[in-house]
Amino acid sequence: MSKAVHELGVAEGLALLEAGQLSSREWVDALLSREDRLGAFLHRDAVGARAAADAADARRAAGDTAPLLGVPLAHKDIFVTTEHPTTAGSKILEGYRSPFDATVVANLARAGVVSLGKLNCDEFAMGSANENSAYGKAHNPWDTTRVPGGSSGGSAAAVAARLLPAATGTDTGGSIRQPASFCGITGIKPTYGRCSRYGMIAFASSLDQAGPMARSAEDCALLLQAMAGFDERDATSLQQPVPDWRAQMLRQEGSQPLKGLRIGLPDEFFPQQLDADVNAAVRAGLAALQALGAELVPVQLPRTELAIPVYYLIAPAEASSNLSRFDGVRYGARCEDPKDLLDLYQRTRTERFGAEVQRRILIGTYVLSHGYYDAYYLQAQKLRRMIADDFQAAFKGCDLIAGPVAPTVAWSIGAQDDDPVKAYLADIFTLPGSLAGLPGMSVPVGFGANGMLDPVTGKPGGMPVGLQLLGNYFDEGRLLHTAHALQQATDWHRAAPQGV
Amino acid sequence: MTAQLVRGYEVVIGLENHVQLSTQSKIFSGSSTAFGAAPNTQASAVDLALPGTLPVLNRGAVERAIRFGLAVGAKVAPLSIFARKNYFYPDLPKGYQISQYEIPVVQGGSVSFFVNGQKKTVNLTRAHLEEDAGKSLHEDFHGMSGIDLNRAGTPLLEIVSEPELRSAAEACEYAKTLHALVMWLGICDGNMQEGSFRCDVNVSVRKPGEPFGTRREIKNLNSFKFLIQAVNFEVNWQIDRLEDGLSIQQATVLFNPDTGETRAMRSKEDAADYRYFPDPDLPPLMIGADWVERVKAELPELPAVMATRFVQQDGLPEYDAQMMTTSLATARYYEAARSACGQAKLVANWMMGEVSRRLNAEEKDIEQAPVGPVLLAALIQRIQDGTISNNAARQVFDALWAGEGADVDALIEAKGLRQMSDTGELERILDEVLAANAKSVEEFRAGKDKAFNALVGQAMKATKGKANPGLVNEMLRKKLGG
Amino acid sequence: MALTLDDVARLAKLARLAPSPAQQATLLSQLNGFFEHVEAMRAVDTRGVAPLYTPLSAVQEVQLRLREDAVTEVDQRELNQRSAPSVEDGLYLVPKVIE
Repeated sequence: MSKAVHELGVAEGLALLEAGQLSSREWVDALLSREDRLGAFLHRDAVGARAAADAADARRAAGDTAPLLGVPLAHKDIFVTTEHPTTAGSKILEGYRSPFDATVVANLARAGVVSLGKLNCDEFAMGSANENSAYGKAHNPWDTTRVPGGSSGGSAAAVAARLLPAATGTDTGGSIRQPASFCGITGIKPTYGRCSRYGMIAFASSLDQAGPMARSAEDCALLLQAMAGFDERDATSLQQPVPDWRAQMLRQEGSQPLKGLRIGLPDEFFPQQLDADVNAAVRAGLAALQALGAELVPVQLPRTELAIPVYYLIAPAEASSNLSRFDGVRYGARCEDPKDLLDLYQRTRTERFGAEVQRRILIGTYVLSHGYYDAYYLQAQKLRRMIADDFQAAFKGCDLIAGPVAPTVAWSIGAQDDDPVKAYLADIFTLPGSLAGLPGMSVPVGFGANGMLDPVTGKPGGMPVGLQLLGNYFDEGRLLHTAHALQQATDWHRAAPQGV
Repeated sequence: MTAQLVRGYEVVIGLENHVQLSTQSKIFSGSSTAFGAAPNTQASAVDLALPGTLPVLNRGAVERAIRFGLAVGAKVAPLSIFARKNYFYPDLPKGYQISQYEIPVVQGGSVSFFVNGQKKTVNLTRAHLEEDAGKSLHEDFHGMSGIDLNRAGTPLLEIVSEPELRSAAEACEYAKTLHALVMWLGICDGNMQEGSFRCDVNVSVRKPGEPFGTRREIKNLNSFKFLIQAVNFEVNWQIDRLEDGLSIQQATVLFNPDTGETRAMRSKEDAADYRYFPDPDLPPLMIGADWVERVKAELPELPAVMATRFVQQDGLPEYDAQMMTTSLATARYYEAARSACGQAKLVANWMMGEVSRRLNAEEKDIEQAPVGPVLLAALIQRIQDGTISNNAARQVFDALWAGEGADVDALIEAKGLRQMSDTGELERILDEVLAANAKSVEEFRAGKDKAFNALVGQAMKATKGKANPGLVNEMLRKKLGG
Repeated sequence: MALTLDDVARLAKLARLAPSPAQQATLLSQLNGFFEHVEAMRAVDTRGVAPLYTPLSAVQEVQLRLREDAVTEVDQRELNQRSAPSVEDGLYLVPKVIE
């Protein structure tokens, strides 16, 4: 075996499993033997995982051909699971055990995966740095003084650090794409409605989408294949057929696999304040796509900046309502001897919700409150349609849209403690696609901050940069194929952090 | 109609009725809606708002809303929106109630009924679909309350009337008519004890011609008797305050059947800001014309339509026709009896008289009446063909009701109530009477008409009341050459 | 228009949160800071634009999918109450509810 077992990707590992050159148990043992120094896992279940791996090996021996049989992964702790605790990164769900599995979790289990446990994330997926987890920050494997991004920070850190070949994540305003970019891995947020939201603890219902995070587009295709599909338990789930994305991408390999592909570059995605080295890495990625036959064309997304206020009104509004069920009555934590009902509600929620969650609940409550609804929530939903319409106009002139995932590389832990609201501005490039419900990817295209000294730590950088690709509705196939073509021709996605 | 005043004030009432729809499963989950199960055994993950759960709308609930909309001549909205009504309460698991706010499924419509013989039509504002809440059990669990969420998620149709009712009696008749209608349509079991049909009553008072006064809402009345008591108490309470120069604060109040009084709810004290917004888990509800047409085709003949038919076909007065269509069972009873004897008006009279008097006294429904339509028809026929008098018929009816027999003619014979129709026999008796009362005959011939009545009385006495009085009169006059 | 401490207190009550006076002061400045960022959005003319409540309705008519009326759930009370803070006789216990 050329590669150490823990370094195997999903497709690579599957090939060895099918060839009988590797057992799921060996794969899982190799991963479990590695220490989690990043705070990536909230719950790592060695015993359960080994048992599941043995069961998978037995099934394979018995001729079972489930597509992901024996593949190890772990779930972002925003998905409810029966075999492991579920906290959503919050103290309010301390000790919670769900009586059912999220549909995405069940779909992957049916495909044969082996779950190693639950991964760290920002509390209720609210954050861009995994600094809002009630169970400790997660660290970036490329520089442990830096954030892994968020909210799927644990997932990104674990996959980048080779603690896992793949993980599930969720993306509301960029929570798959941005941590994938910060940790140098590949992640895809599919079209809104592709993956069932049943069992995904809701942050902002009209934006939340599940997706896979792995080290290659091919691995993402394999996982998304199993995760996606119609679910009668989710009224917003799409009845759209799920194509065989991996077969599509492999069919279209060759020297000029992207011939005829028009990639739109919105001026608004390349502003002055964009870090020079992020810009450089993204341009390098675009050049590589050009070399594969793609054509770069200018497009406009004039309301890109407005996406920030629009998103940060809509998401907290929905969240303020979604989080009302956490009241200390039916499940989860309850404050010590409440003196009356109001006290039970107020102390349970104040003691158990973190600062960012409480902040967003208050913003959302205000946005929906009497006399402000029209000015804020309704206005935001109207602008949301204008932003979605801008994309449809842009897609008249291109097949995909490309740009940076984030204006900077991963920042230092604590760098934004002084003004949490200012951190919202860093989501500018991922929010428009989220508001429109479009599929989007982050693909590694090199490193930034080289030579630059971090203001806080004084350490040199060398942090990954991700290229964002946005497709039209249901166009995951084109996204995955483009990313795959890029990864066939380049090595950025193969780079691994050292010393973790 | 002219408003009847109470102590110089006009009473203004609007109703909001919560009607539990008769679906098998809940409005947003597959849990059973059956009443009376052990606590929380019919509360599924969705009903409990466990993390990650989502609502999926029940087609049966929408279908019943359409049925109601068509029945009251309302607009069935081709597009309506589910919204979240946000507030914290232990019987509300999600911390919000899924309801309809800006665009309800049923818009407009009207309901007509009679109040002491006078027809009244009340316009509806809207009817919308929403989920019921659970129950807080107040019997003491060492100072705690127990929460049962079996009822949480039961489909409700909230029917809102315009403030066009002007008295407790009108409000009560409106509620009764609505109650009858939803049962007629088969969209609600109408069981008020189990809370299947609940009334919230908005009450205000004003001096005639003045703008509306501040209203107070009486919540969750589950009997028509309480509705009248509560409204009357509330009206006088409000007038007392105004007469004392005090103002009315808008409030939600509860009626206490034991004291007969209303009091403001503590839990509703802080002015609520429900922060309604469209539920992102539920895209717009679209109802196609084809669906509405299908429901229309399956609709039973409506009470109003049936009443008109009774007026035109059977020649019933409008009031009688209305009374014969207060429930599907009443209408079926009437039609069966009417076709069996062909005496529409007599059937109506008996049903509004003897039958309903006894049913009310015994608190029975018409289905439980010991005297069925066919039996009643048989009795009416015997009155028609002169076999028995009305008085005799009442005796037979009593016997039938008491279960003394199930055959009208047999009872007539057994009780010897048949009227004497054999004129030969009557001739003989009359001759005896005349012979025995020569004095009266003298007086009659001398022109004293009173004497004739005395002779008739004697004759009836002699026939033990079995003679047909008309016949006796006729024959006596002949004999007396009058 | 900036929020006041009273607004923060009112919103906190609505949301059943009870931040300390110190926290309320911090929240006030953070919220006002946030709503400054938002002002730009309020100026945009959106007359005649329909709100986009669910993303796909940007390109197609999205309508609510309905469930057939059938009982599909079984009693799972024990499992459902496994994580309940306070239960007795199958009821969730809370401090006295006063209507």
